[in-house]
Amino acid sequence: MEFASCDVLVVGGGGAGLRAAIAVAEADPSLRVAVISKVYPMRSHTVSAEGGAAAVIKPGDSLDAHAYDTISGGDWIPDQDAVEAFVREAPQEMLRIEHWGCPWSREPDGSVAVRAFGGMKVERTWFAADKTGFHMLHTLFQTSLKHDEIRRFDECFVTRLLVDDGRCQGVVAIELATGRVLGITARAVILCTGGCGKVFAFTTNAAIKNGDGMALAYRAGAPLKDMEFVQYHPTGLPFTGILITEAARSEGGHMLNKDGYRYLQDYDLGKPQPKPVLRSMELGPRDRLSQAFVKEQEKGRTLKGPYGDYVHLDVRHLGQALIDRKLPFVRELCLKYENIDPVKEMIPVRPVVHYMMGGVSTDVRGATPLAGLFAAGECACVSINGANRLGSNSLPELLVFGARAGRSAAEFAARQRTPGPAVSAQAVDEELRLQALVARTGGKERVATLRGEMQKTMERSAGIYRSQASLEEGATALARLSERYADVAVDDHSRTFNTELTSVLELGYMLDLARSIVAAALWRKESRGSHQRTDHPARDDGQYLVHSLTTRDGSGAPHIAPLPVTITRWPPGERVYGR
Amino acid sequence: MPESVTLVVTRYRPEQEGEPTTQSYEVPFRKEWVVLDALNHVKDRLDGSLSYRWSCRMGVCGSCGMMVNGEPKLTCGAFLSEFLPGPIRVEPLRSFPVIRDLVVDIGDFLKKLRSVRPWLVREREKPLEEGEFRQTPEQLDAFKPFSMCINCLLCYSACPIYGLEPSFVGPAAIALAQRYNMDSRDQGAAVRHDVLSGKGGIWECTFVGECSEVCPKHVDPARAIQQYKLTGVLRSLLSLGGGR
Amino acid sequence: MSQTAYHPRWHRKPMSVWWWLEKPAYARFVLREISSVFVALFAGLTLLHVQALREGPDGHARFVEWLRRPGVLALDAVILAFVLLHAFTWFHLAARAVALRFMGRRVPDGAIVAGNYAAFLVASAVVAFFLTRG
Repeated sequence: MEFASCDVLVVGGGGAGLRAAIAVAEADPSLRVAVISKVYPMRSHTVSAEGGAAAVIKPGDSLDAHAYDTISGGDWIPDQDAVEAFVREAPQEMLRIEHWGCPWSREPDGSVAVRAFGGMKVERTWFAADKTGFHMLHTLFQTSLKHDEIRRFDECFVTRLLVDDGRCQGVVAIELATGRVLGITARAVILCTGGCGKVFAFTTNAAIKNGDGMALAYRAGAPLKDMEFVQYHPTGLPFTGILITEAARSEGGHMLNKDGYRYLQDYDLGKPQPKPVLRSMELGPRDRLSQAFVKEQEKGRTLKGPYGDYVHLDVRHLGQALIDRKLPFVRELCLKYENIDPVKEMIPVRPVVHYMMGGVSTDVRGATPLAGLFAAGECACVSINGANRLGSNSLPELLVFGARAGRSAAEFAARQRTPGPAVSAQAVDEELRLQALVARTGGKERVATLRGEMQKTMERSAGIYRSQASLEEGATALARLSERYADVAVDDHSRTFNTELTSVLELGYMLDLARSIVAAALWRKESRGSHQRTDHPARDDGQYLVHSLTTRDGSGAPHIAPLPVTITRWPPGERVYGR
Repeated sequence: MPESVTLVVTRYRPEQEGEPTTQSYEVPFRKEWVVLDALNHVKDRLDGSLSYRWSCRMGVCGSCGMMVNGEPKLTCGAFLSEFLPGPIRVEPLRSFPVIRDLVVDIGDFLKKLRSVRPWLVREREKPLEEGEFRQTPEQLDAFKPFSMCINCLLCYSACPIYGLEPSFVGPAAIALAQRYNMDSRDQGAAVRHDVLSGKGGIWECTFVGECSEVCPKHVDPARAIQQYKLTGVLRSLLSLGGGR
Repeated sequence: MSQTAYHPRWHRKPMSVWWWLEKPAYARFVLREISSVFVALFAGLTLLHVQALREGPDGHARFVEWLRRPGVLALDAVILAFVLLHAFTWFHLAARAVALRFMGRRVPDGAIVAGNYAAFLVASAVVAFFLTRG
């Protein structure tokens, strides 16, 4: 096997990963920093984020206001020290990426424009038309090219973290183009691998969102946090699950049931007004909007379609000029994938799994409890998003915590000895395991079948509304799927770009994560934010004003323990929207 | 509407064969399905050994570019119904070395992208305390289309010059260079000039124009190249005259 | 290694010498490029014409006789067709090379193309006027 070494290894080349790598390069030019990603960086899922990125810059706004919106939006599970750091650093990070060339949409006077977004009291969401993630990712990628010292391992699939002496000291990865197994030692590793939406059947997420880093950390002994909190975005296109950005609502779109009625007014989200009112109606938080859909469905007031029930998103009254200027991508997507022109017709939408609030547990510096292992972005849980993330908070999170994790990792790496031979021995073991897997014959289970069953199980048991019964059924089904996974067939025994092998490995990651999501959901016997238990419908601050911390026990099953939430200046209150 | 349609897919397994071959698969026809859905059906149900790239399935990541019936397309946006009655030929993106099946190597593009310095070049960095660069909506419009490039490389496959002339930097790289040249905040046109006007640069382009025709994001790289032919000449003349 | 170094087993499909027949757009492009040859021929003919004028009325008459031969007329027709193709395609392409702004808005390509055709028509009208007058 081939060995390589560096000082800081960033796993994942999306927004958080690239920002972390640039932060390391700038913090300490003497360190060798590398980015390893299973796809070329510009394919990372950051690219599909649409709506915008929030940061306080306009007069009339304040850091405290952004913090309060985030904390109440997260139903008081966000760690308030982390949120305070986040809202303080977000404007600087956003200005920095503007200085790097990010083409933010502008006011006529040339200053950066902001728009309203769900759950925010003040307009503070910066946007680059409705392709904000795309522009941010390409700006970060192109800026990273400036730094020759950032070495890249493109299309290398990480299969294992190397841990020795209580420290993470590198990874093992498959170089996809050749099938070679690489052992890459590092003095610090930063996981920026994104979320795991593909654990569910219907998701906005790309094929690559399999939770690789979360599972790698979990298997290496680093705990996951808040895995029960899965965000359903209220407006995804039926069949494909393609995201229709929240910006369509923040610009004034209405959500209508089958009777053409703005049904959100029945769910304590305010009353319809002629112009959008912040933190009210369609500008409420995502969890409440998705839950309203399910209630409407139960009342029989949703429309029936070939791919499930849906409601309408109406932006016709906004006019073609505004749609083409502020929502051009929405128009493009609707025309292409639904054959519908939102200028003239209503868009069919339904809630779709979109974001994982949970992830690898880190502190405010991006460090996990496993020394040498850091994490940032959707794969991490600091937590700033708590039980429900506000739209336009995740893009600045990539920058703020990507930079923080980069700086922390650089500082840590500079103080470490280089990894020793025990680590290399582990890498060789991993290569043998992979070789055995590729050579396997006679497996009876098909990857696609197991994956499909896992996804359906998750939709059924751990959807928008959960119950003891549904979750227990899910846990049993997933345990059974994990057993069957041991017998999965690998038909492709080649070394060159073997995507069947990577599918098998990805399914393994997803099964681990699915089980931890269900276990955490079973443990949290209350309803809060995006985690709704029909058998425990109220919020229970007495017992559950805590994070869930999931670790893997000896038998491989998830074990949950509570972790207190850091509260600084905002004692838990009622989550109020529309009043 | 038919019940099914045939895909004729190029296979290349370098460990088993020296030359690419083709393999036919019969897939269900659905009016919502794109070619990518059909390929996923093949991989999931018929032949797990088929390798190809895909990710976002909404036309923004640029992973899934392939030749469909001889034209470079993003397979996530190419509806099966456009190609009825079939058979539908699916081949790897033309003019790139094929690693395996439908997977091509794009290392040449990445090298060329890097060579045009696709980042904001400033003589002096602006301190964060000074806030953002002011840029009016009109100034943003000047380079906005060129910034929409998703690096899908369909334009490279459509460009016969890229196929014939190995040194050609190519449409997307030049469009991205122009994206920065025309960004009011950038001061790096001089830095990019040599690469753009030297060997492999804009003068290799004979304005076939197919790059812009196949671009799924309406970047119009042909426009970027022709514009630079004009501005590049002016810049060369000025520098001959002693100016910068 | 930053990117995987080139691997000898990667397959490179050589580009066929008949590549330009694979798509109508490519064939149209090649025709457009070939039109330059005919523009050069036209320039050559014009030079011959000028030379003939310098030889006086007899020389010029002989030249015009030669121009009237069927083969030369046929060639002239072909040259005219290609020169027009060359000019008209250029009218459209030229619009893509400029980024004109007028009164704060971008001048659309169509306007530039229309302007090119208009200039062509005006110039042709002027030339036709002088030719038919005398």
